[in-house]
Parts: sequence; C-alpha cells; structure tokens
Amino acid sequence: MARVKVLKTYKIYIGGAFPRTESGRYYPLYNNNKDLIANICLSSRKDFRNAVVAARAAFGGWSSRAAFNRSQIMYRMGEMLETRKQQFIEELLMQGANAKSAEQEFNNAVDRLIYYAGWCDKYQQIFGTINPVASSHFNFSVPEPTGVVSIMADENSSLIGLIDAIAPVIAGGNTCVVLASESKPLCAVTFAEVINSSDVPGGVINILTGKKDELHSYFSNHMDVNAVVYYGNNTTMIKSIQENATNNVKRVFIYNQKRENPEEFQNPFYILDTQEIKTTWHPIENIGVGGAKY
Amino acid sequence: MGKKTTNSLDFTSGWAYAPAPEDTKHIQLKKQYDLFIDGKFVKPTKGKYFETVNPANEEVIASVAEADENDVNKAVKAARNAYQKVWGKMPGAERGKYIYRIARLMQERARELAVIESMDGGKPIRESRDIDIPLAANHFFYYAGWADKLNYAFPNRKPKALGVAGQIIPWNFPLLMAAWKIAPALACGNTVVLKPAETTPLTALKLAEIIQESGLPEGVVNIITGAGKTGATLVNHPDINKIAFTGSTDVGKIIQKAIAGTSKKSTLELGGKAANIVFDDAPIDQAVEGIINGIFFNQGHVCCAGSRLFIQENVADMVIQKLKDRMETLIVGNPLDKNTDIGAINSKAQLNTINNYLKIGKDEGAELYQSSCSIPKKGYFCRPTLFLNTSQSHRIVQEEIFGPVLTIQTFRTVEEVIEKANNIPYGLSAGVWTDKGSKIFNLTTKLRAGVVWANTYNKFDPTSPFGGYKESGFGREGGLHGLSAYLEF
Repeated sequence: MARVKVLKTYKIYIGGAFPRTESGRYYPLYNNNKDLIANICLSSRKDFRNAVVAARAAFGGWSSRAAFNRSQIMYRMGEMLETRKQQFIEELLMQGANAKSAEQEFNNAVDRLIYYAGWCDKYQQIFGTINPVASSHFNFSVPEPTGVVSIMADENSSLIGLIDAIAPVIAGGNTCVVLASESKPLCAVTFAEVINSSDVPGGVINILTGKKDELHSYFSNHMDVNAVVYYGNNTTMIKSIQENATNNVKRVFIYNQKRENPEEFQNPFYILDTQEIKTTWHPIENIGVGGAKY
Repeated sequence: MGKKTTNSLDFTSGWAYAPAPEDTKHIQLKKQYDLFIDGKFVKPTKGKYFETVNPANEEVIASVAEADENDVNKAVKAARNAYQKVWGKMPGAERGKYIYRIARLMQERARELAVIESMDGGKPIRESRDIDIPLAANHFFYYAGWADKLNYAFPNRKPKALGVAGQIIPWNFPLLMAAWKIAPALACGNTVVLKPAETTPLTALKLAEIIQESGLPEGVVNIITGAGKTGATLVNHPDINKIAFTGSTDVGKIIQKAIAGTSKKSTLELGGKAANIVFDDAPIDQAVEGIINGIFFNQGHVCCAGSRLFIQENVADMVIQKLKDRMETLIVGNPLDKNTDIGAINSKAQLNTINNYLKIGKDEGAELYQSSCSIPKKGYFCRPTLFLNTSQSHRIVQEEIFGPVLTIQTFRTVEEVIEKANNIPYGLSAGVWTDKGSKIFNLTTKLRAGVVWANTYNKFDPTSPFGGYKESGFGREGGLHGLSAYLEF
C-alpha cells in the first residue's frame, strides 16, 4: 500500500510566527488541471494590522543594526533558499511554470538576494554626500530607512516577484508587510520558512496571503505605515492606493515594468526609493589662521 | 518655574537704539503687476486684480493680477511650447549659462529685492538682506553648474527632464522658495509655471523682470499670481508633469490626493514642529542663542522652526531664565529698521491664527510668558512668546503654529527625549545641543527628521538637501539630492 503523503498547511507569517488567518477564511488554489493544491489563508484587516504592529516593533532594531550584519543575514537567506531548491521548483511547477522557467526563476531569486545582500553596507556610500556649505559648518547627508513599508507583490510571479519586492526594502533597513501573489501564493509561504531559519528578526518581514481587492485599501490607509509599494497595472487600484496614502503622506511606489529583462529589478535605486535623506549640520570652530599648510 | 535671575540685566536705561531705517527710495515698484507668461507681462483674462499689503503698516503696496483657468492654460501652454522647442533641446552648458545670468542679476539687484521682500512680507531687513536674497541668488548659482553635469550625479543612469513643472510656494521665504523651485527645475531641463503666495507676490514678479532681462527664452519660466484657486487649477492641469509644493501639510495632502491616478510626479515640503533639545552639558549661552534663532527667526514663520523646546530637567530653570532675559532684548517692530529682530506677522489671517493658538494654550492650562517689549500700534505684530508647563498632548505642542511661539518641556533621560521628540506626525527638522560628540550622533541618528542641526539651528545652503520625513512631506530640495526631483531615468 502506498504511503499516505503528509500535506502542508499554508499559513501566513506575522512577527516571526506562522498563525492561521484570524478571519478563519480561505480560498482554494487549483493547478492547471483543476486539482486542488492547497487551501490558502484569506488574510483580513486584523491580520494586516497585527503585521504592522510586528513590523513597527521590529523597525528600531532592524534599522539600527550594523549594515554589515543586515548584509550577512540577507546572505544567509540566500543560502537557505538555495538549499530548498527542489521544494521551490516543485511549487513553481504546481503553479504552472515549466521545468526550464522554474529553474531559471529560482536561480534568479537566489542571485537577487545575494545581489541586495551585498548592497546593505554600500548604498549609503553611493547615495550619501558631504555637502560643501559656504558657512563654517560640517554638513553631510545620509540615507535612512523610511520605516514600515506595505507591499503588494507582483501578481504574475510566485518567487522572483516576491524577492524583488522584499529585498531592496529590507536591505535598506525598513521592515515590511507583504501581500503575496493571489494566484501564485505558494512560494511566498515557503519563503517565510526560509526567512524564519535565516536569523531575520521576527517582524522584519511579514507575509500575508489573500485578495488584493479586499486588502489594498488597508495596505494604503494604515496610519502607521510610512510607504506603500504596488507591483502591477490595475489603474483603479493604483488611484485608490495613491488617494488613501495621502492620509499620512505615505510615499507611494508603483512598479509596472515588464519582467522581460531578468535584471530589470536589480539596481540600488530601488533601495533608495524607500529611504529618506537626512542632513546633519555641525559648526566648525574657525579660530586661527588659514588651513593646514602641510 | 524659577524666579531667580541668573544675571541682573538692566533693560531700562541705555538700551534705546536710534532708528536705523533702510532706504526705500531706490526701489522700483509699479502700482499694478500683470502675469508673466511667455516672456511678457500680460493682463489677466478676466481683468481681476488683488492687493498686496505691507503687514507692518497695513498699507497697500501694489495690485496684482489674479490668474484664472484661461491664464493658467496660457502659462502651461507657453511652458510646454518652450520645453519642446527650445529648453528641452538646449545643451546643458547653455542652459547653465542662462541660470548663471539670473544669479548674477539677482546679486546686482540684491538690495532692492531685500527691501521689497521686507515690505511685502514683514521680515526684518537684516534677514532679507543677509539671508533670503543672497541664498536665493546662490541657489541659482549652484544649480547653474549642475546643468551640464547631471550624468555624474546618477551613476549608471540616464537622467532626462520631466517636462513642465507646476510650482506653488509659500509666503514665508517668497524669493528664496522661488529660487529653490526654479533653479533645479531649469538646470534639469524643465520649464516652469510658478505661483507665488497671494500675500507676498512682489519679489517673484521682480524675479520675472530679472528673467526677462536675462534673455532666458520666452516661456521657460512663467509666473502667475493668485490665491488657492489659481494653485488648484495649476495642480489639476492635465499638461503638467510635476508638482512641487511648499506649504501646509493640510494643503499638501489635498494636492497629493488631487494628482492620485495621474502620471504627475510630486515633491512636497510641508509643515513641521521641530524638537530643539538642550542637554545639561550643552554650551548653554550658545544654546540660548540657538533657541532664540530657532523660534524667532522670521517671526517663527518657518516650517523647520524649533518650536518644541526640550530642556534637560537639571538645567531647565537656568535655561528658561536666560531665555527670558534674552527675549527682553529682542526688538519687535518696523521690518525696514536694521535694528529690528522680529518684524511683522505676514498677514492679518496669520496673526489671527497665532492669537487663537495663544488662547488655546492658555485654555489647555499652559503658562504663557511674553517679553515686555512694545509693539507698533499699526500693522500685525506678536510679542515673542513662551509656553511653560506644556505636555505632549497639548495642541500647542502637537500642531504647527507658524509664529513666534515656543513650547517648553523638560526631560531627564536620552531615551525619554528621543521618544517625545519623535512622537509627532511631523519630521522636518530637529536641533540638539550638547558638547558631547557621541551623544550628538546618538541623537542625530535617532531623530526622525530630514534636517538635524547640532549646536546650531536654522542654517541653509544651496548644497545642503532640505526636506521632511513622515507628514512633513517627501523629496529633497537643495544639493545633489534636489536634482532627482526634476528628473526621470
């Protein structure tokens, strides 16, 4: 008799734990042959709010961690992802990818994580400036993370779209709440397991599954969210997100580029989007003659 | 709080200053100003004008055209045309030379601009002469040099101009804000429609004359005057690529909402309620000067004003006494007098707003203290004001007053003051006073604000990016970072 397989329950990821949605609701996910793959959590407003609380609580620690340490943790995420190659490829196949595209997407995802891991302690040197003010002051500008970022990830991709959405945001010291692709949510939940085993502090990345139609207004309305990121081109939803964002002057980023070029989402300016520039002034004592002569 | 004085200062004898009024004979002002569209001054379509008043004596200075929808259309069309036919195609080096010319002409006419700025807006001539006008000219000078060097500012990217920028500026630094908006926009290859504030349009119109004199191609800069309605028409105009706004957070939110769902880009420089933090190891006398400068500079009409003072508890009595002593020496009065420290409140409406907050503060139970100086009978004036015994929940602590009104709280620990300083929707600026370097960097990295002044306050420079966190807006003006507001990649 064949062994009965143990099926995986796909849950959400909030504050470093894997709860079921508080809503108790789910939606069935089918493969191309209309076979049921899994029941996926339909996250609610309350789940989102819990996730924001977790993200806010994690922000102080994550943003003030040494950039080098953030880099190591992100590299560790890449390592952990690599070791689960088979699992992710199976999930990509279940969600309609072919063997070649699944492998390609997986490889790109690992490489993308490593790419952004490397930026953690470098983008400040690219985007920071020393400003030669005319008065007797030392003056410099550095990028700092915007804060809690809510993200609605690309609908058309299960893994690489998720990595593109998360990596630049956390590399820059932000914390985030991510809504996975509604039609391809499997890799997001499994990626939460990667996060959970990579020394990423709980709350830095929170992952929800559910419907964008139901959740986008909460993602853009919440008063303790500093920036909202949306991947896609639903113009009605974009307008609604942009309008809601005004209630606390959220920064809004809409990315609707096509993924034809695999490196489209690979550059440090994506980190800069969720950064604030801080400028610091301090007087320079100017007693004595001229400059240093030797 | 403390009754003892740290100094026995004599304010009653020997302190009278002879009047030192700035000469106004040399300035050239017309009775009536039209709209500056496509390189020419043109009458508004409906023929409507409004008056701009000297807030120090309530006299009308000039009447100024009110732009309606037709006028806005004309201005945007002129800007679009200039962008497509001339400015967008011009090599950066050539654009830069025009901008340099504008800077030079402003420097040549600096005194005239300073006097008009003080007349129209009420700010002390010392400030308009030494800060507003030179900084405005320097801004053009700085950005002129960027025009042909943009590729070096953004590694591995190809910056392109956005097109037509609609720019709306406030009344607190009229010419300086015009410079902050126009200079980077032009350097990046955009054309501009600028709307100055309705209470302070004159220096922007003088700038229009300078632009005409500079030979800048027609339509590259258009300056249209009017009130909120004109601004709203500009924001909603379909052929604008970018909105740059400086003003209140409330209006900023309306603008952000108005352009939702469009492809218009935006930068918003909004309100603030900055914490100015004094530790017990600070150079106290310098800190007192910094507190005074932080809140009374430009009558407190400063979005980055240090309007929330936090003093470490063990030095609070001393600092407050020194502050009161220093406030007694401030001269409130004629903005054109070179001795004046605090000029006129910009408008009657703003004076009403401030007075309303003074009432709110008293009703909330805070203790009001004002210097005993005399203020002119005519014009809009407000004595320098402190509120003691305030707490985080007071409206006067949470809301931007935009006047010479300082709220004072005390603190014991670094953690406490960081928490209090950040616990506000705004995040534009902050000040820290201590002689300990490691403490400065602890504070400057933890304060959630775009500009942090350590052992100084209210300093500005064209090379130094300025802009807010949180509800103080987004985007930066000034420096290399100010370029990206006017470019796409």
